Amino acid sequence: MARIVMEALSKVYPGGVQAVSDVSLDIADGEMIVLVGPSGCGKSTLLRMVAGLERISSGTLSIGDRVVNDLEPAQRDIAMVFQNYALYPHMTVYNNLAYGLRNQGIARPEIDRRVQEAAGMLQIADYLDRKPRALSGGQRQRVAMGRALVREPAAFLFDEPLSNLDAKLRVQMRVEIRQLQKRLGTTSLYVTHDQLEALTMADRLVVLNGGRIEQVGTPMELYHRPETVFVAGFIGSPAMNMIDMAYLRDRGAAPGTLPTGTDLLGVRPDDLRLGDGDGLVLSGTVALLEPAGAESHVYVALDGSGQVVTVRVPGLPDVTEGGVLTLSAPLSALHPFNSASGRRVQ
Amino acid sequence: MVENDRWGMLLAHLVLILGVAVVVFPVYVAIIASTHAPGTFLQGVMPLLPGSHGWENYRTIIFEGRSNAGAPPIGSMLWNSFVMAMMIAVGKIAISLLSAFAIVYFRFPGRIFFFWIIFVTLMLPVEVRIVPTYQVVANLHMLNTYAGLSIPLIASATATFLFRQFFMTVPEEMLEAARVDGAGPWKFFKDILVPLSVTNIAAMFVIMFIYGWNQYLWPLLITTDDSYYTIVMGIQRMVTGADSEPLWHLVMATVVLAALPPILVILFMQRLFVKGLTETEK
Amino acid sequence: MQTKRMTFTSRWLPYVLLAPQVIITLIFFVWPASQALWQSMLRQDPFGLRTTFVWFRNFERLFADPNYLASMKTTAIFAVGTTLLSLSLSLLFAVMVNRMIRSRDLYTTFLVWPYAVAPAVAGVLWWFIFNPSVGILPYMLEMLGYDWNHRLHAGDAMALVILAAAWKQISYNFLFFLAGLQSIPQSLIEAAAIDGAGRTKRFWTIIFPLLSPTTFFLMVVNIVYAMFDTFGVIHATTAGGPAQATNILVYKVYRDGFIGNNLGSSAAQSVILMGIVIVLTVVQFRWIERRVNY
Repeated sequence: MARIVMEALSKVYPGGVQAVSDVSLDIADGEMIVLVGPSGCGKSTLLRMVAGLERISSGTLSIGDRVVNDLEPAQRDIAMVFQNYALYPHMTVYNNLAYGLRNQGIARPEIDRRVQEAAGMLQIADYLDRKPRALSGGQRQRVAMGRALVREPAAFLFDEPLSNLDAKLRVQMRVEIRQLQKRLGTTSLYVTHDQLEALTMADRLVVLNGGRIEQVGTPMELYHRPETVFVAGFIGSPAMNMIDMAYLRDRGAAPGTLPTGTDLLGVRPDDLRLGDGDGLVLSGTVALLEPAGAESHVYVALDGSGQVVTVRVPGLPDVTEGGVLTLSAPLSALHPFNSASGRRVQ
Repeated sequence: MVENDRWGMLLAHLVLILGVAVVVFPVYVAIIASTHAPGTFLQGVMPLLPGSHGWENYRTIIFEGRSNAGAPPIGSMLWNSFVMAMMIAVGKIAISLLSAFAIVYFRFPGRIFFFWIIFVTLMLPVEVRIVPTYQVVANLHMLNTYAGLSIPLIASATATFLFRQFFMTVPEEMLEAARVDGAGPWKFFKDILVPLSVTNIAAMFVIMFIYGWNQYLWPLLITTDDSYYTIVMGIQRMVTGADSEPLWHLVMATVVLAALPPILVILFMQRLFVKGLTETEK
Repeated sequence: MQTKRMTFTSRWLPYVLLAPQVIITLIFFVWPASQALWQSMLRQDPFGLRTTFVWFRNFERLFADPNYLASMKTTAIFAVGTTLLSLSLSLLFAVMVNRMIRSRDLYTTFLVWPYAVAPAVAGVLWWFIFNPSVGILPYMLEMLGYDWNHRLHAGDAMALVILAAAWKQISYNFLFFLAGLQSIPQSLIEAAAIDGAGRTKRFWTIIFPLLSPTTFFLMVVNIVYAMFDTFGVIHATTAGGPAQATNILVYKVYRDGFIGNNLGSSAAQSVILMGIVIVLTVVQFRWIERRVNY
């Protein structure tokens, strides 16, 4: 159990590429933090810096109350679950779990106790004598988890652990990992590029872009009040619609009471309604109707600019492709941004 | 197959059977020849069916030899060949694993330089630098020793490359997981890298054992004491050592014994051998 | 050159790991090679008493020596003959075996083992079969009206060593051709069949061009083999004869150095051979790079 504190962490590769810039984050004991962002945003590098797999160029990292900048991964009291599991293919499941403990010089009965306990918790007790290649994807995932559990570490580090599973199994494992983490109360750092995984699992979310933190907050904070254009576009699916104020002004459709400096208006597909109303009013033609079961996505090409906005409506709406349509959204649902700073206008 | 033509397949089988016959023929002839009495060969062309002196010929050649005809007993030659082949195979694999490990898993000043030094050996087969290599071995007093037979042939760029290629395909996470599990370089090498390389090691062993067993020029040069003769070079001494026509039945028995061990190694480890051979060159 | 993304850090360990191989390489490869280079520019008097530095005169002499030039020509004929014979036979076998399904492994087993036979042993085997007094083939050739005698006829001797050298190399080439054939996607061949190409046409227009990287690679390997690894074939059988007809370059280096005791000339020949090996190795590496890139 431990608090993890990052102070102004940076990573510069030889050759000058800045992978992580000035990241500061205070992770409370027992908290589940999800690092999310597009590929190349530095999230994996940051995780690997915490693990000790990547040298820290500048800044301080402490786990518990120890500064661990110069410690070997094995000395940091962390455990890691890798994207491709990184199970030792020539060792049985039992030995995969036990290997790290043996290297620590832990006594045999204690190793056995921990392995059996973890195996029971993860329902892999029947497979302990098998080699990884004889296991299914989901079972391998559990073994990888088990290898982390037996160490009884101060923190778990997850590097996109579910990305190699099929969609159905991914949802199931997501739930299991989260339950396990809550039960054990172990501080966790979880990297993913999947924003849905991020929203559902995190106590707090950290959105990274270009090696910098865009925003830190609970899933709801990030969803309802994105602080930057990037976060607004990244969190939520389908993505938030961004409408240029110049377009609205030209058509005389600019909503009146917006903070000064607003030149970009964000509106989530869920907040747009079919039909006229107060606040933002748009008109266009239906480009495509996409039924998705409980809901439908309507793609509307706006008059004048041809920009396509997405609308999410429950059920199957009564619209036809090529038909003309009016859309509206209440003022309270609009997110005002300044395109030059890329930030929300207060 | 795209279409099913009976005649085409028949033709293919015919070609292959003929091909196999051509490939097998020389060894068949050798086996037959080794089972006949010496007199057979004086009557002109050799027979194509086995004779009845096989047992006798092999016993003679292994335990007694025919020293008056330049044919010492070959039991000890077989042993020498075996020792040499084993030392070369095991030695090559050991030093190549270590150097490939250094080149792939460490970054250090001079890495590229050392890589090239090793690479150079690929370009210099012993045949092209015979005299100076002989001089070095002579100066080190390694003539007529097992060390002299094997050590100069142990440095192998081929094996180093194979292991380097293989190590490059080992997932990065394997090392990272091992680091998180508290394994240092030596533990990682011993507990993870070497066990992962078992197939490649076995394949390399087949190729290098055959390479060592089949050495000819090198033992010819550096052994003058017949207790260090190897079997492959021994054949040549038998063929040219006699003043008269060679004792064909004994020469062919020797040829069969010289060819048998590496052939057995290949046949028993065919799959590994094929994999090792075709992957070395990738 | 690549390493792993993450590496171990140690100031001394990598050097210790490299030491065995590097030390052996330096003592038995680099040092002798540089000695050869040095000796190739020296000349000893016949009694070995005085050594003079003669720059490139040993090389000049070699290229003026009709024996050396003849040996070069012999080597070229031998290498080309061995390569062509072995490549064409193994390609034929590989194409045929690739058509088989159940019997593929069986045929492969029968074709693979000559790899294990030492070149010297291969030489002796064929030498025996062709032996003018007891061999089977001369007997059969005689019935056809040909008087085979590789002890007297230069052409017969060359044919003999080419056969022996090519025979041993069939396995190696066969395995690579078979691997190459198996990596050609079946769909391409099916597409060609749909386009109306018959079996023969498919082979020459689809399979053979796609196999050309393998063929080229094997050509280089076989030339290297024929030039350097066949010492045993020659030495154990014809010993370069009759009348130098099979005196290939590697054999000549050995003879001039060890029997003729002409160190300067032998060293100069070694240097030339090293040059040839280096050129061939570079060619081969260019090929590997190209293959990696496409």
